[in-house]
Amino acid sequence: MIAIADYDTGNLRSVSEALRRAGAEFVVTSDIGTLRRADKVILPGVGEASASMARLRERGLDTVLPTLTCPVLGICVGLQLMCRSSDEGGGVDCMGIFPVRVVRLPEATPEGRWKVPHMGWDTIGELRTPLFAGLDEETYVYYVHSYAPQCGADTIAVTDYGMRFSAALGRGNFFGTQFHPEKSGAAGARILENFLNMK
Amino acid sequence: MLAKRIIPCLDVCDGRTVTAVRFVDLRNVGDPVELGARYAEQGADELVYLDISATFEGRRTFTSLVSRIAARIDIPFTVGGGIASIDDAGRLLDAGADKITVNSAAVRDPALIDAIAAKYGSQFVVVAIDARQIDGVWRVTTHGGRRLTERELFAWSREAWERGAGEILLTSMDHDGTRNGYPCDLFAQLSQRLPIPIVASGGAGSVEHIVEVLTRGRADAALAASIFHYGDITIPELKRQLQACGVPVRL
Repeated sequence: MIAIADYDTGNLRSVSEALRRAGAEFVVTSDIGTLRRADKVILPGVGEASASMARLRERGLDTVLPTLTCPVLGICVGLQLMCRSSDEGGGVDCMGIFPVRVVRLPEATPEGRWKVPHMGWDTIGELRTPLFAGLDEETYVYYVHSYAPQCGADTIAVTDYGMRFSAALGRGNFFGTQFHPEKSGAAGARILENFLNMK
Repeated sequence: MLAKRIIPCLDVCDGRTVTAVRFVDLRNVGDPVELGARYAEQGADELVYLDISATFEGRRTFTSLVSRIAARIDIPFTVGGGIASIDDAGRLLDAGADKITVNSAAVRDPALIDAIAAKYGSQFVVVAIDARQIDGVWRVTTHGGRRLTERELFAWSREAWERGAGEILLTSMDHDGTRNGYPCDLFAQLSQRLPIPIVASGGAGSVEHIVEVLTRGRADAALAASIFHYGDITIPELKRQLQACGVPVRL
């Protein structure tokens, strides 16, 4: 059974629909026992990181999620909460599964101006790990975000938009994407399928 | 590199696509979900569904349609038409919409933009503007271009951004339906003045028009309806030509 972690972040619908299209059985839950028993856990997220982290703490999920041994996938803010900290909302300590900081995207660089949020289809490159099996370098995926994780040893995909950031992170059984695979057409469906096929 | 987006727009009335469609091999051309799925398979980057139903019953049908779209379509989609309150916006979010557009209601009550953006985030709010040039000044119109307001386009679009709009969808009512191309200088000016994406709508009649608005017009996305529905331009062919012209597109 796949568990989608529910911490009142809103809009779990698109992830649920993507799993339904993939033919996967899943539950949406905030129950710690159910999350511990799950074969896979997905941590979605939209909205603001510090408020989201507070809701995760209220439910005690911030101490449970890092101890899971099954494959875990964070999406967008879900991934950001798995990082060490986020600069959003005045700064907040996150779960620290990936030892990188989440920073705001620059709006101006020597190359020019960058519209923030970074919204639309952008390419991912330097792909590593089975999460990206079957995907070509420079595949387009869908983004909507103003903050992004810096690059580090756990970076398994990168995107350049004003700065180079981690499009995805992976460490042991933990994975996360800054983009939205559930909205990324066939490429996104393949990434979710790759995650669902992990042991 | 961030791709320029190509967005087919579908008008829906009482749950059916009303824009005439000329696909010969599409069995159920009237079903907006099937038509949207077809565009998504062809490489559309986003879809916009506009509800033009005039009745309560029609609007309720649209909400259930949005749920069906969310179940089927794996690219982002925006819905609009008649959204006049934060409850309307919330109902469509719950049904699975990625973004909503507000138009006449936001002109009447600009605080609606603040309210929706504060509750659901700027990325959820697209402010659609229908403008017309009167004596050299671009003026905002409402009710599908039928009512001229006192608002000036650049002032209103700036206010919309300041109030929390995540994107501006601009249609020149002087060009809409003409198939003579977009007013590229207008789009370029707007794009340089605002730090949010600009979607160009109204006037596309050829691939060249779309190339022009995405390059010289500096638009982030191009929205069109009839040229896609009639099959005058197919999305794969459009994208190949855009790429040949050096425009970054998702192929």
